[in-house]
Amino acid sequence: MTTTAPTIGRGPLASIRGWFGLYTTQMRIAILSQIQYRVSNYFYMIGMVTEPVIYLVVWSTVARQQGGEVGGFTPGEFAAYYIVWTLVRNMNIALTPWAWEERVRGGELGGMLLKPVHPIHLDLAGLAGWKAVVILLWLPIAAFLSLIFQPTYSIDPIDVVVFLVAIWGAYVLRSMFLWLLGLVTFWTTRVGPVFDIFFTAELLLSGRLVPMSLMPDWAQRVADFLPFQWTFGFPIEALIGRLPADQLLGGLAMQLLWIAISASIVAVSWRLAVMRFSAVGG
Amino acid sequence: MTAPRPAPGATPTTALGRDLLRPLKLFALFFRIGALNELQYRANLAVQLFQSGIALATGLAVLGLVFGQTTNLGGWTQSELLAVMGVHILMGGLIQTAIQPNMERLMTDVRQGTLDFILTKPEDAQVMISVREFRIWQAVDIIVGAIVLAIAVAQLDTGLGLGAALIFAGTLILGAVMIYCVWLLLTTAAFWIVRMDELHELFEGIYQSGRWPVTIYPGWLRISLTFLVPIAFAVTVPAEALTSRLTIDTLALAAAFAVGLFLVTRWFWRIGLRNYSGASS
Repeated sequence: MTTTAPTIGRGPLASIRGWFGLYTTQMRIAILSQIQYRVSNYFYMIGMVTEPVIYLVVWSTVARQQGGEVGGFTPGEFAAYYIVWTLVRNMNIALTPWAWEERVRGGELGGMLLKPVHPIHLDLAGLAGWKAVVILLWLPIAAFLSLIFQPTYSIDPIDVVVFLVAIWGAYVLRSMFLWLLGLVTFWTTRVGPVFDIFFTAELLLSGRLVPMSLMPDWAQRVADFLPFQWTFGFPIEALIGRLPADQLLGGLAMQLLWIAISASIVAVSWRLAVMRFSAVGG
Repeated sequence: MTAPRPAPGATPTTALGRDLLRPLKLFALFFRIGALNELQYRANLAVQLFQSGIALATGLAVLGLVFGQTTNLGGWTQSELLAVMGVHILMGGLIQTAIQPNMERLMTDVRQGTLDFILTKPEDAQVMISVREFRIWQAVDIIVGAIVLAIAVAQLDTGLGLGAALIFAGTLILGAVMIYCVWLLLTTAAFWIVRMDELHELFEGIYQSGRWPVTIYPGWLRISLTFLVPIAFAVTVPAEALTSRLTIDTLALAAAFAVGLFLVTRWFWRIGLRNYSGASS
């Protein structure tokens, strides 16, 4: 890498070009390196797909036993929900907070600090590139699942548009929160319990486990005050055609709001975290 | 490089008895080392207790959600499904304590070439790689699973006789052997496919399907979960033994499949070993 900063020349246009170049380069590197590990990526995919298939089987069994519907979902609608789930899950995968342990302890962070951009950009761009590979591998799996479970969709063009924006919103939003979670590593080495609480809350209150309409009322009210459902349930329900236009746009607005909140906290905590960090070795 | 044959100088008659006991002795020795090592980090017990508690609470919440909508799932009542959950947690604890740590270490050894150190030892390489690592704190899940099982059995109308309890223990052991075999079969593939980081994610993902009886899954999936990744034998069959569902045919099939799978695994491991080129080449 040369020593030139990502911006060439001056002015906002050059700056945008700089960022664009940074992101596309990082994404290209990620694609080229991940495409080599197809077996590994497929292992991950199959492991990942099992989770929604389990939920789908359990809930369509319940729906059938209850006369064809539960919580407003028929087996076909559950199928649609959980198949779109697999795509949304791929999209909202962000850097695992566990990675920070290695970064801090191994001193890898020292190198990251030397770069002239905030390290979150490198993570965001790198994982975005990986998604291109994962989605390629996902297509046959989605086709297979659709063949087996017979989903029923009722999709409008606006659903698709909102979905395409919402999955990236979900990715950025979840990245911010997982990054924040990872930064906890700077203050304590016993991060496991903190992560566990976060991921359990997310599992139950995001629509990852079941569509939110199946949760008790109080849980739904709690979820309204938390960011989780905007990273899972919202994009899924946007695509399968369950949301009216005002809720579609409202959801995007909520994503934007939460991204703004979390990005501000990231900015502040990153500064505090770096002050606590002292590099090892070199 | 090939593994040297062990036990020089042993006479054929005593060798057999010794060969059978040796793995157990090695197991005991490594278990002691592993335990002593982890006993230094007692705070990890608290962490593990916390994590197991959260996992249990989540599992119960899911069960509560399902049974908030229905009274039985594919013919299983709530307390019967609690028994399934108990077996699932218990077996998961066993895997995390003794099976998975060994396999992950083997993967690393193959990738880094450090498997050399095992192959130069005068012991059977498969035994060595299978008994080296223990995470004793993960055994918390074994206890949690047992408690959940006890509560579930107490709720069952049928109760549990001594015979059923013994058969249950037998099916549990068979299941553990099968899970070990599948883990080793997959890990052995590391001799060809060097990077297998995601294997544990794959396994953990698939293992979650055992939370529910495999009978609720569609046919192709049920067959995969029985013969490809034997979750059915490891979790559902022991749970069937507890809930008076187990037939003698299923039991015989489990035993035969465990033996067959073990022999195949042994054979595949040896082929894999021949393919290993070591660190220096």
